[in-house]
Amino acid sequence: MIEALLDYEFIRYSFISGIVAGLIAPLIGTFIVIRRLSLIADALSHVTLGGIAFGVYLSTLFTFTINPLITGIIFSILGALGIERLRSVYKHYQELAIPIIMSLGIAVGIVFLSLANGFNQDLFGYLFGSISAVSMNDLILIVSIGIIVILFIFLLYKELFMVSFDEEYANVMNVNRWIYIAFIIVVALVISASMRIVGILMVSALMTLPVASAMRITSSFKQLMILSVIFGETAVISGLFLSYHLNISPGGTIVLVSILILMGTIILNKLGVSRNGGRNEEVPGQTQG
Amino acid sequence: MAEPVFEIKDISYTYKDKLEHTPALKNINLKIDKGDFVALVGPNGSGKTTLIKLILGVLKPQQGEIYINGQSSRRYKAGQEIGYVSQKSNSFAKGFPASVSEVVMSGLTKQKGLFKRFTKKDRDRLDEVLGMLDIGHLKDKNISSLSGGQTQRVFIARALVNDPSILVLDEPTVGIDNRHVKEFYEVLLKLKERSVTILLVTHDIGVVVDNADEVACLNEHLHFHGTNHEFKNLGEAELSKIYGFPLQLVSHDHDRECCI
Repeated sequence: MIEALLDYEFIRYSFISGIVAGLIAPLIGTFIVIRRLSLIADALSHVTLGGIAFGVYLSTLFTFTINPLITGIIFSILGALGIERLRSVYKHYQELAIPIIMSLGIAVGIVFLSLANGFNQDLFGYLFGSISAVSMNDLILIVSIGIIVILFIFLLYKELFMVSFDEEYANVMNVNRWIYIAFIIVVALVISASMRIVGILMVSALMTLPVASAMRITSSFKQLMILSVIFGETAVISGLFLSYHLNISPGGTIVLVSILILMGTIILNKLGVSRNGGRNEEVPGQTQG
Repeated sequence: MAEPVFEIKDISYTYKDKLEHTPALKNINLKIDKGDFVALVGPNGSGKTTLIKLILGVLKPQQGEIYINGQSSRRYKAGQEIGYVSQKSNSFAKGFPASVSEVVMSGLTKQKGLFKRFTKKDRDRLDEVLGMLDIGHLKDKNISSLSGGQTQRVFIARALVNDPSILVLDEPTVGIDNRHVKEFYEVLLKLKERSVTILLVTHDIGVVVDNADEVACLNEHLHFHGTNHEFKNLGEAELSKIYGFPLQLVSHDHDRECCI
């Protein structure tokens, strides 16, 4: 693959996009997982599918091509705002927001796909990830999103930590409400940026699996972030290599490598090689002596 | 003359939804002076947490006014002057992948302001607070690995790290064993010596009467507000009226504890 990286532009684009996704998906994933919002990534990825299908449909209507990634991002952001709104409507059943938005995303996707005369190779790439589908325009968009996400986390780290750890305390301390909205919009952006490589159906795995692995063996939040990124990048790079050599979609290989890492950390944890004594996965409410 | 920190004037609050209106507080008047240690007691559902939420500005008064250091709670922004320990804090700690220092430092978030990162001065303040609460050695430990008493100290440290003049604690000793409850009150008395005003919501009446300066009894109305000695002398009829069922305060002279 090294030779291909040097020889082919599209492989370079995919590789750089993968590196960006391997960085930003686990980074934002740490906040998603500890806020117990893991399923939000799934819901938004399905809404993104709706947006992509809409983009594909629009392209069939006009003579010019609309980048489905753009419509995917717009739908994903609207879906994110919809989830946040529904969470405040169903205060006592906040998780209801996720299946509502997820089913809306799938429904919109099916409708526009049918209108656009069904599946094509490009859409297959969006669903399962593709090593050859990243264009220069996609790359610019993905890198721009990567910069926005990193700046967001770097500048608002302490607020994000406070909101994630203890939302009630954050409210008492008057942490700005717009951080919640900004956070979910950034999640939508990360999904849009990562799906080109991992695919819509598996993008949430890149946000949650590296974090789930790192949680087993870290004792601080910063360690969790660093280790999640290392696991995410390991999965993306090795997944892309496997995908190239086996000639299969990268989404599956990346997620399978992530699962192997997770199994490895579980075994390490069982063997006692962890800095937290395996306590990070305890059920809330259990008390210790 | 004593300087009032909290002035609660004719506060009423009703929880309203489509189906029913549930009154939580009616015509509450209460004044707490600087440096006082006041315990707020009452049965479950008596409005204690509602009053705390009103004081902290999480809820807005429907009737009456609350003044904090002379400023209306409607405009008051907690963060700098008030440290808060919630009854739910312990449950957040379970399974959370964060170190003690990360949790305590989060108490400085509002004071630092947006886009600003923690400095060496902040880390020195962290060491000072952890030292004051005798948990300096736990600094790098995972919060999930601590005992209930240690975790509670971490949350007090988070509330104190921005050097507040007021500490509001909402049932902080729930689920903590007697030894750690005793240690917890020792910490509060240490803070009182530093002129920190303490408002403590609790069910531990026995321990409260020995430690707090004043006791306020709430059950929708404020039924009693006086010194701990006056509270000890409350009769069976008055206590039963507050709690809604027959009970009396029993004093054990040998260990200076009271219980219901």
